[in-house]
Amino acid sequence: MQDLLRRYGPGLTFMMGLLVAFWLLMLVIVPNITLFEQSFRPYLPVTEIGGPRDTYSLNNYLKVFDGKVEKSFLGHVFTIPVHVYTFSLTIFYSMLVTVICFLMAYPLAYYLAKIVNPKSLPTLLLLLFIPLWVSEVLRAFAWWIILAFKGPLNALLQGIGLIEDPIRWTNMGYAGVVIGLVYTYVLFMLFPVYNAIQSLDSNQIEAAEDLGAPWWKIHWRIVLPHAKPGIASGSVMVFMLSAGSLLVPSILGSTTSQWFTQTIDQWFKDALDWNTASAYAFLLLLVCTLFVTLAMWVFRVKLSDIAK
Amino acid sequence: MSAGIDLENVCCDFGTFRAVDNANVSIRPGEFFSFLGPSGCGKTTILRMVSGFIEPTEGTIRIGGKDVKGTRPNQRPTALIFQNLALFPLMPIWENIAFGLEVRGVDKATRRRKAEELLKLVDLPGAADKMVSQLSGGQKQRVAIARALAVEPQVMLLDEPLSALDLKLRQHMRAELRAIQKRTGVTFIYITHDQGEALAMSDRVGVMSQGRIQQIADPKDIYNNPVNGFVASFVGENNIFTGTVGAVSNGMAAFETPEGSFRARIAPEAQGKAVKLYVRPEHTLLSDRAGENSIPVTVTEVAFEGAFISVHARTEKGMILSAEIRNDGLATVPDLGTRLHASFDPARAALLPDANVRS
Ligand SMILES: Nc1ncnc2c1ncn2[C@@H]1O[C@H](COP(=O)(O)OP(=O)(O)O)[C@@H](O)[C@H]1O
Ligand SMILES: [Mg+2]
Repeated sequence: MQDLLRRYGPGLTFMMGLLVAFWLLMLVIVPNITLFEQSFRPYLPVTEIGGPRDTYSLNNYLKVFDGKVEKSFLGHVFTIPVHVYTFSLTIFYSMLVTVICFLMAYPLAYYLAKIVNPKSLPTLLLLLFIPLWVSEVLRAFAWWIILAFKGPLNALLQGIGLIEDPIRWTNMGYAGVVIGLVYTYVLFMLFPVYNAIQSLDSNQIEAAEDLGAPWWKIHWRIVLPHAKPGIASGSVMVFMLSAGSLLVPSILGSTTSQWFTQTIDQWFKDALDWNTASAYAFLLLLVCTLFVTLAMWVFRVKLSDIAK
Repeated sequence: MSAGIDLENVCCDFGTFRAVDNANVSIRPGEFFSFLGPSGCGKTTILRMVSGFIEPTEGTIRIGGKDVKGTRPNQRPTALIFQNLALFPLMPIWENIAFGLEVRGVDKATRRRKAEELLKLVDLPGAADKMVSQLSGGQKQRVAIARALAVEPQVMLLDEPLSALDLKLRQHMRAELRAIQKRTGVTFIYITHDQGEALAMSDRVGVMSQGRIQQIADPKDIYNNPVNGFVASFVGENNIFTGTVGAVSNGMAAFETPEGSFRARIAPEAQGKAVKLYVRPEHTLLSDRAGENSIPVTVTEVAFEGAFISVHARTEKGMILSAEIRNDGLATVPDLGTRLHASFDPARAALLPDANVRS
């Protein structure tokens, strides 16, 4: 702040402060507070808003427990509220996406950070970035084309003789969604992990090898612990973005895949019930935050490590 | 257990740059051997080839008589101590030390006991549960040594391990390292650019310049009988005269210089090559009478150093000679501007060719 004042003078500094405050207040805090307030009020015809029935309650939140359906899991048959079911699957598949992203990003990050010739590194990073310049919608549609019944993936797999008949990828439960989410968010895992590994002194890797460690032991004892904060921040990002993604599940979802954001979207757009929609949205935020906190506690990661 | 190391015609290229050129040396089991040379002369490269991180472009490396070509570092009986130590900051000290044992599947109780023993050996008891960041430079140094010793290597490779320490600690650690080497009997290959360190600690020293080993000898010979000008200059001070060789007989040669003609030793290998005359300051004597190998000089600078007196004197042609007078309590300190004669014993002056470098 002192720096800003000295460099730009009081007028400009004041303007900057004002703009930041405006951005925070009008574009972040106010909309969220409004939705938060709405989420506790019932969905009423316009004439009744502000009337005697317009009172605060948790009813909108409790709607997730309505509408039981019968499901079976590992031979157990049980009934479960349909929205809770959707919610659990969303969390589960977001976790799966996070794990797959990690498994793909870690070797690549290690390769980029420690093995590749530093001269060709900028080219490789650029190649990784280029897909990010294309809109997310286009990328999702690109996968929709790739995964199509008569699309290139099936043609390729048939061509090399791996499969006999084409596979309906986009009609296999959550397969399309998971593929799409992994593709969309893998770089959010790659870069924090790359940064973390890159800051590891290569001599430590060599020292471990010199002391007789096989490659997996070097990763398990030296590289992974060092990269833990990067892995954690990548995982939090990928998990939160996946659980909150609407576009990919809408485009690449199948008839049997329902993402919780789609449920929220339906409350907003189909039922026009913004109150319940808001309640669901905050529920998603709350549970995801709790979940991430729990995961961080289990893996002994501190918040300050992630912020680095 | 300790093993000898043989390098035979070892070369190492980085692209078109030859970092190590035709190195031949045979290091004996249990020996404390130092490579001494200026920064960038290829010392680290030699060490990395022995430990297995780089394969030589040409030549053979044998450890304990066995050719180690194609063997990975984790399969070699060597332990490398890195210039920056490379301790593992996320592990407590004892796990650092026991890492090599952990890798070998030793159970936890034994690992812990072994780590404590090694901490005692390097004179750092009670540090087992500390973290690396809690230790001082010298303590980290000891942990690095303990970690390397834990795997019971047959050869220890040390890459300028004391360069990060302050002078006092460095001198203390010199003695400590030497003692640890004697106690364990492991072959030590030690790298340094500090001639004092190399001479004080080693059984033998290999002096390197620009990728070539210039001379391999015990410290006394390196200092007293350098084979060329590079070795002479790198391991001590010299007064250097340029000139031409005259008649040679019995290993002594006449040497004509602009300052006058002198007589000095010449090794058979140096005969027929371009040579210069090297005289150590402590062998340069100042007196009021002329004699053999003497030149008239004027004292221009006198520094009283305590144990000796360092004198700079200018010849008539303007060359500055330095002389050291040992302070035996009776020595007189010459006054500035005094006219004296500088002289040296022909047996203590050598005619040496320049360094052995690629042509
Ligand atoms: N990986 C490498 N690639 C290219 N040149 C290298 C590499 N490693 C070392 N060199 C070069 O080889 C020479 C010797 O290096 P090094 O063995 O580290 O010297 P020292 O340890 O004696 O200071 C230096 O000129 C250095 O620049
Ligand atoms: Mg070096």
